[in-house]
Amino acid sequence: MTTAAETILESTAVEHRRGFRRRWYRTPSFVIGLSILGLITLLGALAPVITWHDPAHQDLLATFQGPSFDHPLGTDDLGRDVLTRLLYAIRTDLQIAFLAVLFPFVIGTAVGLLSGYFGGRADTVANWFVNVVVAFPFYVLIIALVFVLGSGTRNIYIAITLVGWVAYTRIVRGEVLVTKRREYVLAAKTAGLSTVRILRRHILPNVITQAIVYAMSDIVLVLLAIVTLGYLGLGVQPPTPDWGRMIADGQPYLTTNWELATVPGLAIVFTALGLSLLADGLADLLRPE
Amino acid sequence: MTEPILQVRGLRVEFPLARGLVRAVDGASFELHRGEALGLVGESGSGKTMALRALVGLLPRQARPAGGEILFEGVDLSRVSAERLRQVRGHEIAMIFQEPLTALNPVMRVGDQIAEGPRVRLGHSRRQARERAIELMQQVGIPDPARRYEAYPHELSGGMQQRVMIAIALSLEPKVILCDEPTTALDVTIQDQILKLLESLRRKLEVSVLFVSHDLAVVAQTCQRVAVMYAGQVVETGPIDEVFREPRHPYTLSLLRSVPDVDVVRERLATIPGSPPDLAAPPSGCRFHPRCPFMQPDCTSGDFPLRPIGTERATACIHSEQCVQDVLREPVIAGG
Repeated sequence: MTTAAETILESTAVEHRRGFRRRWYRTPSFVIGLSILGLITLLGALAPVITWHDPAHQDLLATFQGPSFDHPLGTDDLGRDVLTRLLYAIRTDLQIAFLAVLFPFVIGTAVGLLSGYFGGRADTVANWFVNVVVAFPFYVLIIALVFVLGSGTRNIYIAITLVGWVAYTRIVRGEVLVTKRREYVLAAKTAGLSTVRILRRHILPNVITQAIVYAMSDIVLVLLAIVTLGYLGLGVQPPTPDWGRMIADGQPYLTTNWELATVPGLAIVFTALGLSLLADGLADLLRPE
Repeated sequence: MTEPILQVRGLRVEFPLARGLVRAVDGASFELHRGEALGLVGESGSGKTMALRALVGLLPRQARPAGGEILFEGVDLSRVSAERLRQVRGHEIAMIFQEPLTALNPVMRVGDQIAEGPRVRLGHSRRQARERAIELMQQVGIPDPARRYEAYPHELSGGMQQRVMIAIALSLEPKVILCDEPTTALDVTIQDQILKLLESLRRKLEVSVLFVSHDLAVVAQTCQRVAVMYAGQVVETGPIDEVFREPRHPYTLSLLRSVPDVDVVRERLATIPGSPPDLAAPPSGCRFHPRCPFMQPDCTSGDFPLRPIGTERATACIHSEQCVQDVLREPVIAGG
């Protein structure tokens, strides 16, 4: 049935694809971003091995100490080891950031998928909610919500989810509107597949990549939001270490001990850089050919 | 011939648009017999594709079915529930599309797409469905199916993609396969392979094929009977060799005359004067009369239903003897 030439052409096509699949290591932003994030995660995970201090342990007789072997980054105004707090804060902040993106990602994607596919009244209602949330500036809404709900990790999740889902709904809904008119969706219908099956296997995998790429850059935004809340005293409560709290605590001593606020600030910049590069590289890799 | 498996009577599909009601399919009637291949030919916009989509109840959102019967094994599909119709799709009637690349899910392995029907609709286990898919891939002539199973659509050539589409269509052993210009997007050598494959599968599996195409040569190669569509209506039907040798409708005749002939050097290709009618405001009487070389005064008003000629043929033309005389003067060249 098949000519030899066609067979040869096919095999080269498959080889080419194999090359493409390994392309991730040739995408610099992805590799650098992944390395930075990997390093940070590793530091957070290995915190108890790297330092021998307790992040909440105060030593009022040893405040504002400069770098030494025992305290590589010195101590703060309460005599707590800065390096230890910095490392333990990775656990707090990254964990909250990832979870606070996961909830809106799942909810927003589901709403976008359904409203985009079925349209009609459900779509109108979803759109109305989206527009209401979008009408407020992100930070104003988050801060207002946390203020109302009270501070603490659980309420941060709730506030960020309430505000964050709309972005995913918008992205996914737009993609679904395009995808549902594609011929392969019609083909799936002519094959007699159920609506649930079509949504799950034929539409969702084709629209999810944009949402994933956005989620990566959203983590940066959420991380900054968490840190900002911490800085404002609305976020993670002491004594749990958190970079925002550390900056806020170090701020009064900016003229005498500038490193107290600067070091956690740099940690935030470094993490955000890693996440942004990762998002960038992922967008590159997932972009359809 | 044998009994019809699919009978379409007076099928209507309308598009309520801003510029008026467009009747894309306006009373089309044809029959598909068990085990045969029927060609549905016509120009772009003659309503062939819409008629096809109406059969499985999957019209575009703006379109609405506006009447007619679709008798599949005696059951009128235009009256059954949406859920019953979904059961019919795939199991009884499957479809093959024009552009295989756009009709395949780009992010799903082709093998999984073939296995999906058996897995979901027949309740096969993962392994059973995979084996069935590989068997189907063999059947449609995909070399090295176990390896191709893992491929994504864009990794395959157009011919291979269309073979995958055919395998998907066959996966639930339907009785009827609807083909919407299945070879138009392929180059001619691959086109020929796909047509031969469809033909051999039709014989072997005894499925009926409804073959929509604007390409008369393709229809001549694949089908036993033909239904010619013009402006949303079927204007002539019959066995393909008879219709192509001795057309009884001036539109069919003009269509056949406009096929280029490699043996005759002509300055210009024969064309049909005028353009297809606006379906929002079709001409009265016979829709072809403004372009018809044999137009008579009585062609401009009244109804023009298909009228039988002999046992197997039918035409909507009331002056079909004109065509006979014209062919006697200058035989048409096309035909099997």
